[in-house]
Amino acid sequence: MEDFFLRALIGGMGITLATGPIGCFVVWLRVAYFGTALAHTVLLGVALGYLLRIEPVVAVLITCFLFAGCLALLERRAPVSLDTLLGVLAHLSLAGGLVALAFMENVRVDLIGYLFGDILSIGIVDLWLIAGTVAITLAAISWQWQNLLAITIDSDLAAAEGIPVERVRLLLIFLLAAVIAIGMKMVGMLLVVALVIIPAAAARRFSSTPETMGMVAIAIGAVSVGLGLMSSLTWNLPAGPAIVLVASLFFLAGLSAPVRRVFRS
Amino acid sequence: MNIGAHRGPLIRARQVSVRLGQRNVLEEVDLEVHAGEIVTLVGLNGAGKSTLVRTLLGIIQPDVGTVERMPDLRIGYSPQRLRRDPILPITVRRFLTIGARFGQERLAAVLEEVGASTILNHPMAEISGGELHRVLLAKALLRKPNLLVLDEPLAGVDIASQSELYSLISKFRERYGCGILLVSHDLHLVMTGTDRVVCLNRHVCCSGPPRTIARDPAFSMLFGPHVSEWLAVYPHSHDHRHDTMEDPAPPIGREHSR
Repeated sequence: MEDFFLRALIGGMGITLATGPIGCFVVWLRVAYFGTALAHTVLLGVALGYLLRIEPVVAVLITCFLFAGCLALLERRAPVSLDTLLGVLAHLSLAGGLVALAFMENVRVDLIGYLFGDILSIGIVDLWLIAGTVAITLAAISWQWQNLLAITIDSDLAAAEGIPVERVRLLLIFLLAAVIAIGMKMVGMLLVVALVIIPAAAARRFSSTPETMGMVAIAIGAVSVGLGLMSSLTWNLPAGPAIVLVASLFFLAGLSAPVRRVFRS
Repeated sequence: MNIGAHRGPLIRARQVSVRLGQRNVLEEVDLEVHAGEIVTLVGLNGAGKSTLVRTLLGIIQPDVGTVERMPDLRIGYSPQRLRRDPILPITVRRFLTIGARFGQERLAAVLEEVGASTILNHPMAEISGGELHRVLLAKALLRKPNLLVLDEPLAGVDIASQSELYSLISKFRERYGCGILLVSHDLHLVMTGTDRVVCLNRHVCCSGPPRTIARDPAFSMLFGPHVSEWLAVYPHSHDHRHDTMEDPAPPIGREHSR
């Protein structure tokens, strides 16, 4: 097996350890569109990275947080629904990013690379970055698991029980942004949210508790990365889209499978 | 529980005003709940009942005024609604035990008490609205609260079970010595088991024992003469108008200034 392929396999399967559980919270909380909006800020982040001469991934993370901050500020003031506001801000960031990059002379950005990612170009540094992100995400999620579940069920109820709802929510946004910044490298900003939500959505049919759903989502994600990369190698398909296609097949298969009932006494 | 040692209210709102967007939802509201007392919040739709509850719970910060809580106040809260989505695989048992520490016996005892033992292993998304209220009540009780805050705890509960659940709620105060803040539309139940009624219409219209409240012109103005007649047993005149400048002072509570 070629080295680049092995790195892609390890990196891709590795990141599913983080996208699995994070994706579950995204589908439970119905914030898939928030993830998509975050992904739209990527180019703005890349431009910021060039401007400040910092790592693109770090710049993307910073932009994601700024985006979340702007959203929180505007949410209370703007006379439009959150859905509309997200749509406006997402495309504002995308357009802004494109214009900013066009303004920068001497900078040639691989646009296609950012839009669609390139999992086969994952290097050793990327692998360390993925390992770090996954470790932090898994640690934070297991540490705050009960609180995360509580705010997922009902934030008012959680607040009344003394859970610091805003802090827990902020943690989730932070983790989602981190996962998107890292995942973008592999499948690109257009498909990164698919990597987050499709395995989680597919996992529902095969799970009877929140915990198993998180684990099944990880498994489906990892298998999708494996099969996607294999098919990319065999039939010379673009790797990122192949992975997303395989994950979608799991989701469709899950639709036809019977819902796993929770045991009734 | 060491409620006896504490004097003064469990929770007290002083001159609380809340603005949401362009609207004044609450204006200078005073409210307090003492240990062993059942206080019921009544008011029409949009009167700010849920906003007041959320402010007392600390979910909303008042723009003006303060909410004071007794030290070590433990609130058991049962919300009016709970969004349940089948995408989250969770049973009643799991819902009740999230982030909580108590034994199986206690869980069984509380579920028995609220009459929800049979649905312990059902998915949350599949139980009925009435069953949900029992489960929410159980969740609130499991915290061993010294203040129970129940927002429309009987909504969606069938008539036969309503009075049963209501007498259950009344029993809680004796058994646990807790204070209870109820939000309810059900005036009959309100009047038969409540110590104090607080009638809210953005500001506190009037407050006092049920019988007195029913005779309060402000109350009959708000709920209509039929309701208050029915509640107050004896007839009374309705010379009070909400929009006149010189309101006759209500017997209890604050005057209307609108």
